[in-house]
Amino acid sequence: MRQIQFREAIKEAMSEEMRRDKSIFLMGEEVAEYDGAYKASQGMLKEFGSKRVIDTPISELGFAGLGIGASMNDLRPIIEFMTFNFSLVAIDQVINSAAKMSIMSGGQYTIPIVFRGPTGSAGSLGSQHSQNFENWYANCPGLKVVVPSNPHDAKGLLKSSIRDNDPVIFMESEQMYGDKGEVSEEEYLIPIGKAIIKKAGKDITIVSFGKVMKLVWQVSEILAKENIDIEVIDLHTIRPLDIETIIESVKKTNRLVIVEEAWPLASIASEIAYQVQKNAFDYLDAPIKKINNLDIPLPFSPALVEEVLPNIKRILEAVKSVL
Amino acid sequence: MNIPKNVYLKWYESMLLIRKFEIRAAQMYGQQKIKGFCHLYNGQEACIVGAVSALTKNDKFITAYRDHAHPIALGIHPKYVMAELFGKITGVSKGMGGSMHMFSKEKNFLGGHGIVGGQIPLGVGIAFAEKYKKTKNLCITYMGDGAVRQGAFHESLNLAMLYKLPIIFAIENNGYAMGTSVQRSSNVTDLYKLGASYDMESLVVDGLKVDEVHKTITKIAKKVRTGIPILLEIKTYRYKGHSVSDPANYRDKKELEKFQKKDSIEYIKALILKKKIGSEKEIEKIDNKVTNTIKESIEFADKSEFPKLEDAINCVYEQKDYKFLKE
Repeated sequence: MRQIQFREAIKEAMSEEMRRDKSIFLMGEEVAEYDGAYKASQGMLKEFGSKRVIDTPISELGFAGLGIGASMNDLRPIIEFMTFNFSLVAIDQVINSAAKMSIMSGGQYTIPIVFRGPTGSAGSLGSQHSQNFENWYANCPGLKVVVPSNPHDAKGLLKSSIRDNDPVIFMESEQMYGDKGEVSEEEYLIPIGKAIIKKAGKDITIVSFGKVMKLVWQVSEILAKENIDIEVIDLHTIRPLDIETIIESVKKTNRLVIVEEAWPLASIASEIAYQVQKNAFDYLDAPIKKINNLDIPLPFSPALVEEVLPNIKRILEAVKSVL
Repeated sequence: MNIPKNVYLKWYESMLLIRKFEIRAAQMYGQQKIKGFCHLYNGQEACIVGAVSALTKNDKFITAYRDHAHPIALGIHPKYVMAELFGKITGVSKGMGGSMHMFSKEKNFLGGHGIVGGQIPLGVGIAFAEKYKKTKNLCITYMGDGAVRQGAFHESLNLAMLYKLPIIFAIENNGYAMGTSVQRSSNVTDLYKLGASYDMESLVVDGLKVDEVHKTITKIAKKVRTGIPILLEIKTYRYKGHSVSDPANYRDKKELEKFQKKDSIEYIKALILKKKIGSEKEIEKIDNKVTNTIKESIEFADKSEFPKLEDAINCVYEQKDYKFLKE
C-alpha cells in the first residue's frame, strides 16, 4: 500500500470532503497562500479557490465565532487553529457558542463544524506553545474530541468529523505531520467514539492516544523482547469516551497503564482510572498507573523537555511496577 | 420615503405588544413563575420594531440576552416566548434556553446570547454564509453599548470589512452597561465613531422614533446587501434596571423621567392621530387586542408542561442514545 505523510492525509480528508460537499470551507491563519503553517492544506487554495480556502488575520476569537455563525446558516466550516494553544483566545466561542447552541435553542440549531490543528508540545517551544487541552474540551458536553495517532486514522477520522453534525475538536501534532504511514487510496471512514485495540496482548493493557502512541509502540517492542505481551488501545476519540473497550481489555489483562501528554490533575487518564476501578474493580490485580507530564509548565531547555513529558523510561517503570 | 398607513399601525401594535409583555413578565417574575436572570426591553421597542419593518423575512436577526422582544417583533406569538420564560416545553427553545436564549429558526432569529459581545462574531458568520450562498440577504447583529468594549466586537468589524459581508452592526445604546454608563466605560462615547478604525460606514439614529429607525435601516440595507457592512448606533433608553433585580440606583430618576416624556410608543401614537392614520377608536381596539394576547400568553405558559430530563438530553448531540448522557 502507498505511504503518505500525516499532513497529506489531513489534506486528502479535507479535499475529498470539499469535493463532495460545496458547503464545506477551510478557514484559518495561513491556510491559503502560505499553504498551511504546517502544510496541511498544501495546494488546496489552487484547487478550491479563495472562496473556500480562506486566510484570516490573527483573530482567533473572531474567526472561530465566524465559523460557528456560518454553521448556523447551512455551511460546514473547518476552522484551523495554528495550534490549540492559540485556541484559548477563542475558547469563549467554542465553549459558549458551539457547545451550547443546540441545547440553548431547544435543538433548532446544531453546529456542524470542525476545529482542527496541532495540540501539545513539539520540542523546545516554551511553556505557552506546549500545552494539551484535550481534557479541557472533552469536559464540555456538546463537543466531541478526536485525536488520531497516525496518517491512516487521521484521514478516516477527519472525514467522519467533517460529516458529523456536532462540533468536533480535532487535534493533531507538529511532531506527527511528517510521519509516514499506509493510507489506502480507496475511500474509508473511521467512526468517532470507538477505541481500537491496535495490538492484542495478555499481560497488561496500555491505553493512550495521539502523538504519545509513538512512545507506546516503542515500549511495546522493548517489552516484547522480555516476553511481556502488551495489549495496546488507541482511544481515537476522547469524547465520547469508549470506556467499554478499555474495561473489556482490563478484564482480560487485569492490569492497566494509561499514557497521556497532559498535566496530571483531572486528566483523561484520571477519568479512565476512575471508571475502570468503578466498573472492573474485582478484575484488577494491581493499581492503575498513569503517566502524565510532570505537574509543571513545560520549560524551554532542551535538556528538560523529555524529562517533563511522558517518556519511555517512565512508562517502562510503570509497566514493570504493576506486573 | 412613502410609508403605508398600515405600517404605522403595525408599529404601534408591535411595540405595545412588547411593552405589555415585558410589564407582565416582570409581574410573573415577582410571582416567581419566572426564575433566573430576566432583562427587560421597556423603552427600547423601536430598535427592533423599526428594523423588522425595514427588512425582509429572509434576513437574519441575532442579539444578546435582552431578547424577549426580537422574536415577538418577528411575528412569533408571545405565548411561546412567555412559555420559554416559564421554562416550559412549549417555549420557543423548549424551555432549554430561558429568558436569555430565545431562538426561532422559522423566523430567522438566531438567538439570544448570554456572553456580552459573543453574538457579534456569530453575526459575522451568518452574514458570511449569506454571501457564500450568493443570496441577497443580510444579517442584523444587535448588541448593547457594553459589548463594544469587548475584543469580539473589534475583531468582528475587521473581519466583516475584510470579507465584505452583508451585515448591520446595530448598537442599542441605552446608556448603561449594567450599572456602568457609557461615559464611565471609555473616553470614546460616540459609539458610531468606533467604525472609523475599520473604515466602516457608521451612523446614528434616534432609537425612540420607530419611523426614523425604519427609514435609516431601509436606506442602509440596500447598500449592506451588496456586501458593505454598516455600523448603526441606535440611541435608546431602558426604563428598567439591567435586569429585574436591579433598582438602577446608579442613575438619576430625572433622567428616566426625561426619556419617558419622549416615550417611543406615545410618539408613534401621537403621530398616528396627528396624521389621521388611525382614530382613537382604532388605537383602543389595538390596545384591547394586545391586552388579550398577553393574557392568553400567560394562560398558555401557565398551562403548559415542564420539559422532562429526556428532552434536555435529546438537545445535546445529534445522536441521542450515547450511554454517558444517561449515567
